[in-house]
Amino acid sequence: MKDNLILYIGILIFGIAAPFIFPAFKVQLSILCVLIVLATTWNIQGGEMGYNSFGNILFYGLGMYLCASVQVGMFFPLAEWTESGGEKTFVHTPTQFFQGMAVGLLVAAVVPTIVAGVIGYSILGLRGHYFAICTLGLGVAAGEISGGIEIIGAGQGFTTPPFPDVGSLDSRGEFFYFLSFFTLVFTFIAVRSIYPTRFKLILNAIRDNEDKAEAMGIETMKYKIIGWMISAFFCGLAGGIMGGLVGYIDSTDVAFDGREMGVFMVLMAILGGKGTLWGPIIGATVFHIFKEGFWTFFLGWQYVALGVLIVVIVIYFPEGIMGWLREKYPDRFGEVVDEKDRKAQVELK
Amino acid sequence: MDFMVFQYPMISVQACLDGVLLGILFALIAYGMALQWGVMNIINIAQGDLVILGGYIAYFMYLYGIHPAWGVIVAPVIMYFVGIAIYKLVINKVVDRDLFISILATFGISILFMQLMNFAFGADVVLANSDYGTTMLFNNNVVLPNSKIFSAFISILFAICLVIYMKKSKLGRAIRATAQNARAAKILGVDTEKVYAATFGINAALCGVAGALISITFTIHPYMGLPYTIRSFMIVIVAGLGNLPGVAMSGMGLGVFEEFADYILGTEFRIGSVFLLLVLILVYRRFKLSRKREYLK
Repeated sequence: MKDNLILYIGILIFGIAAPFIFPAFKVQLSILCVLIVLATTWNIQGGEMGYNSFGNILFYGLGMYLCASVQVGMFFPLAEWTESGGEKTFVHTPTQFFQGMAVGLLVAAVVPTIVAGVIGYSILGLRGHYFAICTLGLGVAAGEISGGIEIIGAGQGFTTPPFPDVGSLDSRGEFFYFLSFFTLVFTFIAVRSIYPTRFKLILNAIRDNEDKAEAMGIETMKYKIIGWMISAFFCGLAGGIMGGLVGYIDSTDVAFDGREMGVFMVLMAILGGKGTLWGPIIGATVFHIFKEGFWTFFLGWQYVALGVLIVVIVIYFPEGIMGWLREKYPDRFGEVVDEKDRKAQVELK
Repeated sequence: MDFMVFQYPMISVQACLDGVLLGILFALIAYGMALQWGVMNIINIAQGDLVILGGYIAYFMYLYGIHPAWGVIVAPVIMYFVGIAIYKLVINKVVDRDLFISILATFGISILFMQLMNFAFGADVVLANSDYGTTMLFNNNVVLPNSKIFSAFISILFAICLVIYMKKSKLGRAIRATAQNARAAKILGVDTEKVYAATFGINAALCGVAGALISITFTIHPYMGLPYTIRSFMIVIVAGLGNLPGVAMSGMGLGVFEEFADYILGTEFRIGSVFLLLVLILVYRRFKLSRKREYLK
């Protein structure tokens, strides 16, 4: 913890200075922050609790729609806003914009949490692949259904309020960067504070053997729902920010994009190493750099590359970067290794 | 919401007949999924994309002037080898692993196929026109395209052939033995690796047949694969593994449900209602099982 403090302060200073050092990459850095939030919180219920979900995209998309709807609906009629589409008949003043954003983000975080709590009892009783497919179905169903609802733009999409004119041109990028960066810091502190607690051990017990955990007297269902709600809270928050950042919400291509974001968050956590604190963060960073490279150099072929990447990571790299490091340098992770035992294992291999 | 379907009984008859004919096709795809699920314990998310690929084979024959119905013969042959190739490249590395790994790996294959088809065939909704005409029933109140009747007939034919093949042939017996107990089958001299490859190939071939039929009767599009996967998964969990009449019945039930959802909720909610039904079925199943568990306590 002591030497880590220097690391944390270093990262914090770098994070605050980053938009001024790399002004051209502000949007990319904000997206990176959102991706890290998604991967870290997927890891809580996917990696630590062992409930691999494809459905966290549900909370992400819900947060995105809610934040934008609240931001518009607080000051103007929502139906007319979506009907006017690209042409802006209403303009937010800066105060209205920031007030709307604040309330919107609050709603975007709280409502998905409640939704997770309500559906959690019925869905978290499923195990293994049934849970995975059920959550996949939830995500896609949400996308298809929201694509048919008129008031939030149906098939033609929903334009989020444009950033108000506050003087400087850079302020939009800086606002969203700091919003996402501080959300990331908040998420990290929250997740970090879970790690040394009994709660995290209970989640791990559920992952390792749920029936035994139940037999030991742990109310597994309660803790599963809490874990899923924590995930939903941050996913909703991330979705709200991303909606403002992208500026346009489409039901299946931006909000409930199970094909893209829904898989990304799983993939980032697995690439970094499931069930570790730093794994998803490293995984998301590496993945984002790779992804931007693909998107720039293989334009048009990016999804093909993505498909290949998923297969390769899953087959050859299921332990992730942290798992690989752990195998290579076990003493760095505080594991005591019996030298004889290790040699015997190497020979066995 | 549109309740016309209840006011005019003929529309209900139409929806039921359409649904049953469609459901037979779903049952064929679900049979392939049940087969590989039972033998390899793998849930193949790319199932629907194999179906669509089979459809494009028939569509291409149609473009080159061959009657698309021949796709029913050609598509399974090509798809069998595609299936074997997928098995050799990816699936055999994830067979013994965690189920989530195999789901994710096949999800990757699904995205890959979707995009490759998008590049190769374009993002248009296409269909292979078979010129089979239509049949009128009940004083011309119910219209059935002959292509739907043809596709249902062919699906039933293929299913029967496969059942007989599984019962009688040597490979079929080996597949059934492996499904029962892979280890014991290995000890008794069954080459399980070969059996797995053959199973995956047969599954892909079935998907090819179904896809060719879908391209004749309905439409295909590179991104339409996932709903077929979800439908077949749903049919398999409702019917249970190894329950063939159940697969057929629940396939038809799903078809009828979809047609009615289409009429009542509107076409834009059709796919959404399928996915919601999946969630509802799984939740129902979970409460049923948990009641059984409490009973045991």
